[in-house]
Amino acid sequence: MGGKNLIKSNRKVILEGMRDGIPIGLGYLAVSFSLGIAAKTAGLNAFQSFLASLLCNASAGEYSGFTVIAADSSYFVIALATLVANARYLLMSCALSQRISNDTSIIHRLLLGFFVTDEFFGISISRSGKLNPFYTYGAILIGCPCWAFGSMLGTIAGNLLPLRIVSALSVALFGMFLAIIVPPSRKNKTLLGIVLVSFAASFAFAYLPVINQIDEGTRTIILTIVISAAAALLFPVKEEEENENVA
Amino acid sequence: MSHNPYIYILIMAAVTFAIRVLPLTLVKKQFTNTFVRSFLYYVPYVTLSVMTFPAIINATHSPIAGIVAFAAGLVAAWFNAGLFKVSCVCCAVVFILEFFV
Repeated sequence: MGGKNLIKSNRKVILEGMRDGIPIGLGYLAVSFSLGIAAKTAGLNAFQSFLASLLCNASAGEYSGFTVIAADSSYFVIALATLVANARYLLMSCALSQRISNDTSIIHRLLLGFFVTDEFFGISISRSGKLNPFYTYGAILIGCPCWAFGSMLGTIAGNLLPLRIVSALSVALFGMFLAIIVPPSRKNKTLLGIVLVSFAASFAFAYLPVINQIDEGTRTIILTIVISAAAALLFPVKEEEENENVA
Repeated sequence: MSHNPYIYILIMAAVTFAIRVLPLTLVKKQFTNTFVRSFLYYVPYVTLSVMTFPAIINATHSPIAGIVAFAAGLVAAWFNAGLFKVSCVCCAVVFILEFFV
């Protein structure tokens, strides 16, 4: 009875996740393809490139790892570089921990954790109410193979894919981000202001001298912490607001 | 290279996994502090905004195509087009524009 309904709804939720995983997969193909080229430059073969993407699922993190490998630096350096490039996932996982129900099992927590990417995180928090992990798994089923095989293809095929196609596909992920942040901002003027401030600050950080020397991952962390903390102080969120949520 | 590539990859994977999994496994309760709750509520929007702009402009072959894709994506998202449609609009804009610029 209850169990059967639950399974049925999980299947439906997986399908929803798979649908939303399609743009993620397309974007991943484009991004991981260029990542595969970077892996090749670092001296990795197609299988190693595939393995790195399968196990890490991180664009900036893998890229910074590959530059360490290319320089043949120590194992400590690659650990540190990975930590810095991926530190934003610590914040995302923290935020995600508040969106799953308290009794979520350890298996689901480990699985969700393994796949916290910008994109899977983005679509997961855009669900209203508590997150059903199966939604994220649906998206992972589409996105993850694209990521791993895209890297492998990039390492093998290098520059075979027409530049025009790579260029077009590379905005798929950003389009998705916009679809996540804009609709709730339309309903909530405070959020709209914060999003606009974030755009402006990010633009400034990318082009101001000295500051633009900081790598992109670190800039993202600094801006996220500073802007979110300021927003939390100035505009504390009421509980109803939090629950009514996005999508 | 003098280092083993598989050890490099395993270290990358282990560090990445630890960062992602620790908060999810250690934080099993809902935070009650208003500041912490508000902070975590804003984090996703701020971080996704910061990652999108101006990165979208530099992602495309022509920056102009990136700017127009950004504008088109904003409009499509404003009218609740949904994840897939907004993505397609952005890709299509870049694909078409790059024939001309």
